[in-house]
Amino acid sequence: MSETWIILGATSSIARALVRRLAARGAGLLLCGRDAAELDALAADSRARGAGETAALTFDVRAPDSFSPILDAAQRCEGPLTVAVFTGSMPDQAEIDADPALIAPTLADSLTGPVRFLHEIAPLLAERGGSVVGVGSVAGDRGRVTNYVYGAAKAGFATYLSGLRNRLARAGVHVMTVKPGPVDTALTWGMTLPLMTSPEAVAGDILKGLKRRRNVIYTAPVWRWVMLVIRAVPEPIFKRTSF
Amino acid sequence: MRFRQMDYTGWGRVLHASGEVARPERSRALAALAAEGPAMGNRRSYGDAPLNGGGRITDMTRMNRILGFDPETGVLHAEAGVTLGELAEIFAPRGWLPPVMPGTGFATVGGAIAMDVHGKNHQHAGSFGAHVTELELLGPTGARTVTPADLPLFRATLGGLGQTGIVASAKIAMQRCKGDVMVMTERRAPDWDGHLALLDGSDAPYVVGWIDATATGAALGRGIVEEGETASGLVARPRAARRVPFDAPGAALSPPVVRAFNRAYYARVPKAGRTSVRPIEKLFFPLDKIHDWNRLYGRRGFHQFQCVVPLAAADALRAMLERVATSGLASPLAVLKRMGPGRAGFLSFPMEGYTLAVDFPDRAAARALVGELEAMTEAAGGRIYLAKDSLASGARVRAMYPELDAWRAAVAEADPDGLYLTDLVRRLGLREAA
Repeated sequence: MSETWIILGATSSIARALVRRLAARGAGLLLCGRDAAELDALAADSRARGAGETAALTFDVRAPDSFSPILDAAQRCEGPLTVAVFTGSMPDQAEIDADPALIAPTLADSLTGPVRFLHEIAPLLAERGGSVVGVGSVAGDRGRVTNYVYGAAKAGFATYLSGLRNRLARAGVHVMTVKPGPVDTALTWGMTLPLMTSPEAVAGDILKGLKRRRNVIYTAPVWRWVMLVIRAVPEPIFKRTSF
Repeated sequence: MRFRQMDYTGWGRVLHASGEVARPERSRALAALAAEGPAMGNRRSYGDAPLNGGGRITDMTRMNRILGFDPETGVLHAEAGVTLGELAEIFAPRGWLPPVMPGTGFATVGGAIAMDVHGKNHQHAGSFGAHVTELELLGPTGARTVTPADLPLFRATLGGLGQTGIVASAKIAMQRCKGDVMVMTERRAPDWDGHLALLDGSDAPYVVGWIDATATGAALGRGIVEEGETASGLVARPRAARRVPFDAPGAALSPPVVRAFNRAYYARVPKAGRTSVRPIEKLFFPLDKIHDWNRLYGRRGFHQFQCVVPLAAADALRAMLERVATSGLASPLAVLKRMGPGRAGFLSFPMEGYTLAVDFPDRAAARALVGELEAMTEAAGGRIYLAKDSLASGARVRAMYPELDAWRAAVAEADPDGLYLTDLVRRLGLREAA
């Protein structure tokens, strides 16, 4: 049976790596994002690499009334659906501290926007079958002075995904939470970050995790153990750290 | 766009650069970088062609989308960072191949244009640039579409070392193939004359000679001539690529090891020759199976010398090989090919004749030998390949490229402020007035 993937935030580096793998195996693709020119290039690339029915749809995750063309298109395609959410933005914590107006869009990109979309499409998923891939972050596992607004958004999203998993499991729809550590992309270019992985490796981990119906994956996988340790540090000690 | 301060090298790892590198992923980010400096691809050129020490450079490897393919005409539109190996992998099963493929599949479309690369089918297909039907060039004043009718800019860009601007994307006429396997015939060439005779006599689409550059005396020039033709069918897919995990110690490619390797490599092909069916990459990119094989030469790195001489100067090439073979400095994989006349740009390397490529670890004696070989190339009316060079002198190279003045004039117009200068172009003084 033909599969269709709805990718939100499709032009992000990690999504692009995943889209490439999906195209090679002939999946149908609804590529959704803000930048029409980039989406068109990605759609062309996907078709050339062997994707099935492929469409590029512009939308803004901060504007729920832009969701309906995606939901309509999802209605029209056949077979199981997989929704993969890659939207998110990570302003520097110092920028947020200087301008708290940045908090609302940060929450909208990583939390309220994706939650609204998933809530609207959940009934269709329950009816048709399929899966959800939600991209959180290791930053959501514990609030840290260097990026806790972003971390809070990702933590909220992870909590939502766990509830959605609980709800959709009854309908046979699998929900997987992905928690990447630092990934080598345009956003991290020039930064020195520990245990960095590549977009291609993250895409591989996502496909492997879905195949094995994992609930929560870390990528690079070593971050599961790193975060286990970080979460175990008692708050009286943790609050004095500054990483 | 953020820049990252990096130390980086070409494939040979002898020449280093330290400077700021950007790596855009989106077209708009790339466009903003066109006024910052030159571009580099996967840095498979050996010397300093992809380096801009002290300045800024744009890494194109993430601009790697295929923007379109027309299965009727075979015209492919690809961003500059797409690798030729990836194109072969995607399109060969559908009956299309990049028209020209250099010895590594890691070379990018942009690099193939900047170096006007050639392949094992040069006699039939000419150089890569001959198949480029259009390109998008980002210059200091913005983007423009360049076609073969835009002279002299088109010819200054093909093989133009990136000096006319950043190639963002190109349209390439792909070539029909029968499938993604290769019927490959390997034959022993016992000596120099036998080797040339096999190369001259072959009418296979793809031909290459591996030459034992350590054999001397009567065995001078011995080697294996490989001929290939694409076919359809199934073969066992090769194992995953291996990696060289660390810089090898100096002894790894010492003369006794190289001589023993060469002897075994020659003897593995039976006297009567053999024909087998292999995955296409086995013939096109034999070394790509070992990632980072350049580390076999240790931390100091290595040089590759590649020249082409006219057909009539075959004896001069033989003398060069003799000089290499008796020096005890050569490394395992030397290559001899016959070239046709096809060249697409003012600074393209190919000329009708024979081309020889030999690797040398970076030592004083090897550097001196390469200098000698360059002088012999010049005397024979040949030229050296700038994609490989890390040692040549400017005066000698300038004399080898007769269309240099035309190139220089077109480049001066496209890039009046020297924005796209690279270490190679500076070292050889290619853009300086004669």
